Amino acid sequence: MATTNVVTGGQYNYDVVRKFTIMTLVWGVVGMLVGVYIASELAYPFLNLDIPYITFGRLRPVHTGAVIFGFGGSALFATSYYIVQRTCQTRLFCSGLASFTFWGWQLIIVLAALGDVLGFSQGREYAEMAWPTDLLIAVVWVSYAVVYIGTVMKRKEPHIYVANWFYLAFILATALLHIFNNLAVPFSLTGSYSLFSGAQDAMTQWWYGHNAVGFFLTAAFLGMMYYFVPKQAGRPIYSYRLSIIHFWALIFLYMWAGTHHLHWTAIPDWTSTLAATFSIMLLLPSWGGMINGIMTLSGAWDKLRTDPIIRFMIVSLSFYGMSTFEGPMMSLKDVNALSHYTDWTIGHVHSGALGWVAMISFGALYHLIPRLWNTRIHSEKLINVHFWLATIGILLYIVPMWISGIMQGLMWRAFDDFGNLQYGFIETVIEMHRYYVFRALGGGVFLLGMVVMCYNMIVTIRSGNTRAAA
Amino acid sequence: MEWLMWFTHFENTKPLALVIFFTVFCAVLFYVFGSDRRSQRLESYKDIPFLDEHQDAKGN
Repeated sequence: MATTNVVTGGQYNYDVVRKFTIMTLVWGVVGMLVGVYIASELAYPFLNLDIPYITFGRLRPVHTGAVIFGFGGSALFATSYYIVQRTCQTRLFCSGLASFTFWGWQLIIVLAALGDVLGFSQGREYAEMAWPTDLLIAVVWVSYAVVYIGTVMKRKEPHIYVANWFYLAFILATALLHIFNNLAVPFSLTGSYSLFSGAQDAMTQWWYGHNAVGFFLTAAFLGMMYYFVPKQAGRPIYSYRLSIIHFWALIFLYMWAGTHHLHWTAIPDWTSTLAATFSIMLLLPSWGGMINGIMTLSGAWDKLRTDPIIRFMIVSLSFYGMSTFEGPMMSLKDVNALSHYTDWTIGHVHSGALGWVAMISFGALYHLIPRLWNTRIHSEKLINVHFWLATIGILLYIVPMWISGIMQGLMWRAFDDFGNLQYGFIETVIEMHRYYVFRALGGGVFLLGMVVMCYNMIVTIRSGNTRAAA
Repeated sequence: MEWLMWFTHFENTKPLALVIFFTVFCAVLFYVFGSDRRSQRLESYKDIPFLDEHQDAKGN
């Protein structure tokens, strides 16, 4: 395990894969560090230091941008370019364009972060970037689609392996979501008015927001899972037919669920009900995919004891299953009446983002990096240390958020004998403080694991080479 | 063109959508599980990630 006899140059273009892999580690540390800092700001507001550039409101989108698009995006570029070449048995189409996607994507992350810190924001969640950056994203994304589809079209393997289907859906859907969510009329170099207004604007925003979760943070990482879990386990996916059902059901159902983010607001009631219905139905393909991934280990469960990389992958699938149960439950209107606007949502998002997205990425990177640099992992023991730091960090994060969120919801809706609100808002804030401290601590432990991984990977990479084996 | 108005009523389009989507879902299920030979062919694709391992060994 964790070792390899592979290979680098020659047939495949691994140069761009290596670049994205390194930036995945860099943005992971940066994004998580900012996350820990803003979590600490919520617990200890003096950390704002009266500097507007580092207030929570400005650093929060820096955190989400760096972890979703910097860390997650770079991981997806790296793994998709690697998988499409190896499963199509062909070199990446148009290496120059692939290189452009790398530099363009990194520039986008930096521009987005600078815009956030300086206070230029569209006010759209996960799409705060000003319109010139949005245009650059569209150009880079179309280039990505050309490289990916071009590679698939010149494949030597007749069948397109299912991981590529998930990546293709992710590329297509993200293009649609980005373009329509950012339709706007510019009034200056950094400002614009959305083409939509009122409830329509909110619904467009959450059509984008939820499907960013669905296609960027779920479908694409499932593509990662469908390749790296079988490779690391050394056995094929449990059921290819189940993966086909998983793909079509997931892709069809996700698009309808976004409005559950707007329950009990000024949108038509039927849209709320529709979104909740599709959210509940999403449980089936989500769990189908989870079972397909986990059952790949059927007959080889001992690998969980011996291979820390497999442990990352299987725990990530368990978190995927847990958060895709929690999500539909929270989309029910009555549950949402309690959970919405509370820290429960933050806990839910992080059980998916840390537990599923980050853990499957770590597993994939541990599989990938020694192969890209033609070497062995420096220390398996450190992978194990990282695994436990990450797992404990996630639990320290999400459990306090569950408690804090449910408590918040219950306190907000409590009435006294005379029908007045029982608690003032500040009373809920005081009660939440201890949980915010634990949340920052959990984030810090998770970040520590990420630093351990970076050290392990830097030493691994320095011991390797990028020459093709003779 | 009056018949197009039929599609503007939710009481018509909702059950229609249900019938279409359910039929498509059943068709996908039938395609995937309906034939032993097709099932075998589909399941054979699960080995694709392992087809390139001989290249790894050769160092290509």
